[in-house]
Amino acid sequence: MEGTILRTEDFSAYYNNNQVLKNITFSTPKNLVTALMGPSGCGKTTLIRCVNRMHELIPDAKVSGKMYLMDKDIYSMEPIVLRRKIGMVFQKPNPFPTMNIYNNVIAGYKLNGIKMPRDNSDAIVEQSLKSAGLWNEVKDFLYRKGTFLSGGQQQRLCIARALAMKPEILLLDEPTSALDPKSTAHIEELIVELKKTQTMLLVTHNIAQAARISDYTAFLYLGELIEFGPTEKMFTVPKDRRTEEYLTGKFG
Amino acid sequence: MERQVQFRLIKNGVFKILVVLLAVICLIPLLLILYYITKNGIAVINWDFFTQLPRPIGESGGGIFNSIIGTIILIILSSIISVPFGIATGIYLSENKEGKLPNTARLCVVVLQGTPSIVLGIIAYIWVVVPFKSFSALSGGIALSIMMLPVIIKTTEETLKLIPYNLKEASLALGVPYYRTILKVILPAGINGILTGFLLSVARITGETAPLLFTAFGNQFMNFNFLKPIDSLPYRIFFYAMSPYPEWHAFAWGASFILVIIVLGFNLIARGISAKWKVQF
Amino acid sequence: MIDNHSAHDTKVLCLNRPFGVADTLPEKRFDKLEKRFATILTLSGLVVVILLLAIFLSLLLYSMPAIKTFGIAFFMGRTWDAAASQFGALPFLVGTLLTSFLALLISIPFSMSISIFLGEYFREGAFSTFLKSSIEVLAGIPSVIYGLWGLFVLMPVVRYMEVKMGVPPYGVGIFTSSLILAVMIIPFSASIGREVISLVPADLKEAAYSLGATKYEVIKRIIIPYARSGMIAGILLALGRAIGETMAVTMLIGNSNFIPQSIFSPANTMASVIANEFAEATGITAASLIYVGLILFIVTTIVNIVGNWIIKKIGIEASREIG
Repeated sequence: MEGTILRTEDFSAYYNNNQVLKNITFSTPKNLVTALMGPSGCGKTTLIRCVNRMHELIPDAKVSGKMYLMDKDIYSMEPIVLRRKIGMVFQKPNPFPTMNIYNNVIAGYKLNGIKMPRDNSDAIVEQSLKSAGLWNEVKDFLYRKGTFLSGGQQQRLCIARALAMKPEILLLDEPTSALDPKSTAHIEELIVELKKTQTMLLVTHNIAQAARISDYTAFLYLGELIEFGPTEKMFTVPKDRRTEEYLTGKFG
Repeated sequence: MERQVQFRLIKNGVFKILVVLLAVICLIPLLLILYYITKNGIAVINWDFFTQLPRPIGESGGGIFNSIIGTIILIILSSIISVPFGIATGIYLSENKEGKLPNTARLCVVVLQGTPSIVLGIIAYIWVVVPFKSFSALSGGIALSIMMLPVIIKTTEETLKLIPYNLKEASLALGVPYYRTILKVILPAGINGILTGFLLSVARITGETAPLLFTAFGNQFMNFNFLKPIDSLPYRIFFYAMSPYPEWHAFAWGASFILVIIVLGFNLIARGISAKWKVQF
Repeated sequence: MIDNHSAHDTKVLCLNRPFGVADTLPEKRFDKLEKRFATILTLSGLVVVILLLAIFLSLLLYSMPAIKTFGIAFFMGRTWDAAASQFGALPFLVGTLLTSFLALLISIPFSMSISIFLGEYFREGAFSTFLKSSIEVLAGIPSVIYGLWGLFVLMPVVRYMEVKMGVPPYGVGIFTSSLILAVMIIPFSASIGREVISLVPADLKEAAYSLGATKYEVIKRIIIPYARSGMIAGILLALGRAIGETMAVTMLIGNSNFIPQSIFSPANTMASVIANEFAEATGITAASLIYVGLILFIVTTIVNIVGNWIIKKIGIEASREIG
């Protein structure tokens, strides 16, 4: 596929010798949103965590098969270096409670011990907050703790923090599942806006959300990739019976 | 039936009165102790009491300046030894919830916390006084630092355990190495709890006398040499209280007043910190 | 130092490339620090274990001369005479047992009352906060100050009482020490008691109330049976505290190395004899005192492990029932 950012080949993952991902092969095109969807326990969160190797935090996690980021083997890279190239946004907003908004945005630099001139970091903070659609709301409170923000604002702050590292791909692990409908709509608009310049991989258990904002969709069921293709096509003419049953709400 | 219910209600009332009464009686010794310390303590406290050295019996005046300085030196010495180990062990235990070594270490912390302070005095005597052939501030500091250790370890572990896992994830996902995540994200988030634990441990050792009897010993002069005996407030109180001289008894009360204020002060600050500096998640 | 250096390395590169700096970071150096950090943490976990072992072995080693000379008969020996190099620890065992158990006996009604008061009758409110803070202050007062107060306030009262009762009016002795010890250990068993009482599930109590039980009956038939093992653990831990408590007892027990004739006699506990004699002791006397210290260490260790084991078990059971 032209302009592929992330590619997996025969990828499997195991926890305690339980296989939770079975021979997944797919790829995410550049500057588009790819959604991973499926009922809970289907392995979508495991898959997204395997991309930046966060699954390794769980003891006895194993993988087999290949995964490439821009044609580089993810599993032969240093996890630390890999994670700096891949941004991640979690289910629950998790800004650093001891840092102000400014430092939260450049936390990836600060915590990694990267020093830079003030102008430079100012520029990164402003640009990242603007990309995350938060600049106008917080530009006067940059030096206040981020914890007074609403849940939706906090989540956008976390997106800004990930964007500040200029990641090759942004992983969104059910980014709206802890938010109210209004904040959810706001984040969804933001994702659509961001995809002009940013490749994203979105995990969602919300079928409608996948339909609204993704360009490609992968449907996972019991650790298997059942179907992968352009969202529109999958939602209108699903190839697999299980995909159809899921989309029509027969299970899940 | 009526009478049986009435009897039960009376029993209920009597029991409640008894519980309240016994609970309130416990306050009496506290009030009496605080009353006597304040009354007898304030009577001898003046500027000289804080700034002069003890004088031999027969000479009036003098103070406990060396004991106050000695107590401060002992606190600093034992903190320097126990804080780094305590926090490191606390981190280790909070990061390793299961496993043979963590569980053994946890049991050791419990045992250490319950070990009588006089036994730790013997240990510091064996480890430091015997090889250096002299009572010393250092040996006192070692004994006290072993007393601080379990408190610091426990509070650090408990505090760090309560920090949400998603903070750690947030940091690691940014490519921050594990050690930096712990030092720059997790520790700062738990700083109030750790500080509280530290202050509580200081409060615990400030009033300790038993482990100092044959380690730091006592010294009626000012001393800044770690390898020589050093005075402390609790030792001075003991020394004066057990003496046959009423003038010294009065000084013991004065020193007790200061000691109680310091110890309660540490406890109060510790509480204030845990309430005020709470990090919001 | 190393960190600053690496930061400096990347600074220059950052100027041209503010974004996407991942490649420029010295990963190998981080890797090394990562390993060193993990090693330090594991070592500090090990330190506590080694520390405790070292304490035990040091006590054992330095009491060896006494263990070899007197053996187990040490605990049956009734004489403690440094001049004759004859050492038997029975007087101190008796002294410790008498003071601790007497203190426990005196403190139990009070600590139980506070536990019930704070755990059931008044869980919140100004008065319970006041009582709770007062108990904490009581726990915070240094032992030596309890001793001072006991010596100059409590002792004259006991002596007056002894005169009235017609026993030898020493003033100091086992009874006086036990009174002070009782006050000192109340906070420990009370705070544990309060916690286990507040762990009693509300639905159990509600069930009893709905059957028409009075508060007293609920406490007696539901709360106390449910919280019993926890309260026993609290009492056990308080006992450990009382056995090891040194200063106040040293000042009030009268420093007598003979087996006490009554609870008003002067005596010595294991802890107080060490406090009184160790600073001047040498040779076999010092070894005998360390032997006493070793026994003290072993006894308090066992008491603490059992007490904490019970509390942990209760905590797990309670969480299982809630969950």
